[in-house]
Amino acid sequence: MGQFLQDQPPRSGACDGCLRRADLVARLGPHIETAHAMRLGRPRILALSDDRLIDELGGRHAGALRAGCDRFSTSQARAHAVAAGINTTCRHEHLHYPKALLELSDPPAALHWIGRPGALRELTSEVRRCAAVVGARKASEYGLEVARSLGRDLSEAGVTVVSGMALGVDGAAHEGAIEAGGRTVAVLGGGADVAYPPSKRRLHGRLAATGVVISEMPPGCRVWRWSFPARNRIIAGLAAVTIVVEAQRRSGSLITAQFATDLDRELGAVPGRVTSALARGPNDLLADGAVVVRDAGDVLDLLGIERPTLAPPPQLMPVQAAVLAAVLAGAETLSAITATVNDGDGVMLALVELELGGRVRRDLGGRYTPVGI
Amino acid sequence: MLSRVTTFAIDGLRSRRVTVEVDIRPGLPAFTVVGLGDAAVRESRERVRAALLNSGFEFPSRRITANLAPAALHKAGPGFDLALAAGVLVASGQAPPEMLDQWAFVGELSLGGEVRPCRGVLAVAEGARQFGLRGLVVPVERADEATLVDDIAVVAVASIKELVGFLCGELKTRATRAALVSKATSNDELDLADVRGQEAGVGALEIAAAGGHNLLLWGPPGAGKTMLARRLPTILPSLQREEALEITRIHSIVGLHSTAGLVNERPFRAPHHTISSSGLVGGGAVPAPGEVTLAHHGVLFLDELSEFARSTLDALRQPLEDGWVTVVRGQRSVRYPARAILVAATNPCPCGYAGVGDRCRCSEPDLARHRRRLSGPLVDRLDLCLSLQRPAIGALTQSKGPTSEQVRTRVEQARAIQSKRLRGLRATCNAQMDSRQTSDLVRASGPALSLLDLAYNASFLSMRGHQRVLKVARTIADLAGSVTVEREHVGSALALRQHGSRLGEAA
Repeated sequence: MGQFLQDQPPRSGACDGCLRRADLVARLGPHIETAHAMRLGRPRILALSDDRLIDELGGRHAGALRAGCDRFSTSQARAHAVAAGINTTCRHEHLHYPKALLELSDPPAALHWIGRPGALRELTSEVRRCAAVVGARKASEYGLEVARSLGRDLSEAGVTVVSGMALGVDGAAHEGAIEAGGRTVAVLGGGADVAYPPSKRRLHGRLAATGVVISEMPPGCRVWRWSFPARNRIIAGLAAVTIVVEAQRRSGSLITAQFATDLDRELGAVPGRVTSALARGPNDLLADGAVVVRDAGDVLDLLGIERPTLAPPPQLMPVQAAVLAAVLAGAETLSAITATVNDGDGVMLALVELELGGRVRRDLGGRYTPVGI
Repeated sequence: MLSRVTTFAIDGLRSRRVTVEVDIRPGLPAFTVVGLGDAAVRESRERVRAALLNSGFEFPSRRITANLAPAALHKAGPGFDLALAAGVLVASGQAPPEMLDQWAFVGELSLGGEVRPCRGVLAVAEGARQFGLRGLVVPVERADEATLVDDIAVVAVASIKELVGFLCGELKTRATRAALVSKATSNDELDLADVRGQEAGVGALEIAAAGGHNLLLWGPPGAGKTMLARRLPTILPSLQREEALEITRIHSIVGLHSTAGLVNERPFRAPHHTISSSGLVGGGAVPAPGEVTLAHHGVLFLDELSEFARSTLDALRQPLEDGWVTVVRGQRSVRYPARAILVAATNPCPCGYAGVGDRCRCSEPDLARHRRRLSGPLVDRLDLCLSLQRPAIGALTQSKGPTSEQVRTRVEQARAIQSKRLRGLRATCNAQMDSRQTSDLVRASGPALSLLDLAYNASFLSMRGHQRVLKVARTIADLAGSVTVEREHVGSALALRQHGSRLGEAA
């Protein structure tokens, strides 16, 4: 507890009713899970009022659930949140609560967030300056690189990068944004103080330090399967543009894309190889009319923000240019690159210089990929 | 009647003089062997009895006591059979005692009276010389090995009958054979020219051989990792006689050495990944050398590096740094040499197909575990890291690359430059230089140093990485015949340097 305490004390602006609601949803977690499993109805179930929720889902436990709700103490919940360094706001508090979320049919009642008390407002108040970057957990090198550069370039252009802190594309988008200063918002399915997935603990800490980690669930709450589509509606709700980087046909990212379409927000997709299963999702979206996203500039066009003028990249020596061209053409290993560019030691030197200059990246096994798009 | 016979016991990689005393006196027929022998030594009573009887000699039915002195030294193996038989023959008056003073006896007996080969004959012969004995009686199959030692007369016996013949002064000795190092590697079927479409791999192998650097090969199944590793011994410099003797001594003691005479090729050891740490670095209840010692002066190949137990790999760290390993068991402490080039190979992910289209089927946690296993302190000490891809089909029909012979010539030239630079030091090649020697002896040009500083400041290199890159760059410069280390040499060394820390962040 308290590991996310910032310089300023967290503020708790959520009203009693909304805190109570968040607590109820957490209590109903397992029941929603069952309903969700039986496909009774998607997370829109969250649009129901408190009483109807208990009636619909509680079944024979309805009495116990009501009793639990009656025992709930809002002052205790506030104290807990403050002790854990978590800020709260709710849909009745216009100053901090992102207005864009109110367009959802089932907007989250309360929001819990980790970060500076003012950060949520700074990063999300203007929906035209928010873009969601989502995609596959098991992304390819290509998908990770695209997500990382989108995150970096968008953040640099003053656009907030919204994503879900998942493995793969989501995490890479956050990493990129943090590299460029940290204009990024992570929306979690469980409590904002619970790093899920656990392997993203370090990223969670860095996000809390530079950006914002938000959740509609109370602190310490676990995740259920339904938490992910529920979280995805918030991601789509926060952003004016949702960009799908890589996704298989049955991917949660496509649920986010569906939410974005339902909200009449812009939808972008990064084209992939037609033979790759990971490209099916975005390519299908493109076929259905999504906007082609090749780089951050395309996203800025969608948002109506002027593209920043980029400093021209430093001049390359001829051998460096040849090596970079080989890497861009898909040569990954030293053997493949030396086979294309025949210059002995010069090739290796050029590779190292390009790597130090941040133009190519080398992975643990020594494979080279170009940096940026 | 009492007889004394000299023989030797193997202790670590050295031999220790053991005196076999045989005493025969009237009493109930019995044959007792005392003096801390293992099961094989105790069983030797039965072999000696049967061998003598089956060779037409008499086995005295009196009370026979044999003592292996010094009594405090543990003695193992069947190599004492021949000495025991000689002791019994002399003590029972069936052979004259004159030859026992100046000769040592080593060999195993069969029940039929034949003398069988035993282990560690080279170490025994060296012991015999050290104690100033005139000569050594060995099994016929081991005569060539024993004659490697100068100033020791060698008599090869095939049976108990020949032994008695020798004791009666009838058998001729063998001449020592000084030069047995053949220049050509006998492993003719392996040649670097067989490797097609892996120019960078061949290049890295050449650097590893020239500077004695450890190498990590990384790539999907079928990329040629094992193929390359197996060819590393063929491009290493030819063995010096001293090195060959060391290898022969080790291999003879563990019983790996089946051919006669001197081992003339560098060992290539490829233990399976289920090996224990004592199997790898040496150990056991009775200390025995591990794979890293068996690979001394050769190549230790660890395939599927990520499958080895972490503790096993960590145990390998010190021996590889220091070139020797000390095994302590109970009151005994044994020091084994362990100067081998480590070549490790690994798949890019558990299924092996990461980076091959989207064929990889590993989950993110699997990949993370794989990467974690490959980021230990041992892997940190692998100076060269190379990613291999399956060669394109066209590459297989390409013209051949350089042959092992050609590459070995270049490697030997580079080694000659190094030994001139390292004259008088313990290190014999660039990889063995310590940090002070590296900063004293490696001269680098200004642009080379500025590139190194750039890499260091970009937190691309640790301080240790800095030193290691400089050593590899020195080797590359030696291969190029350059006196100073230039920028492109540092560039190549950096391109071949692995750096896991950066990927760890992206995970």
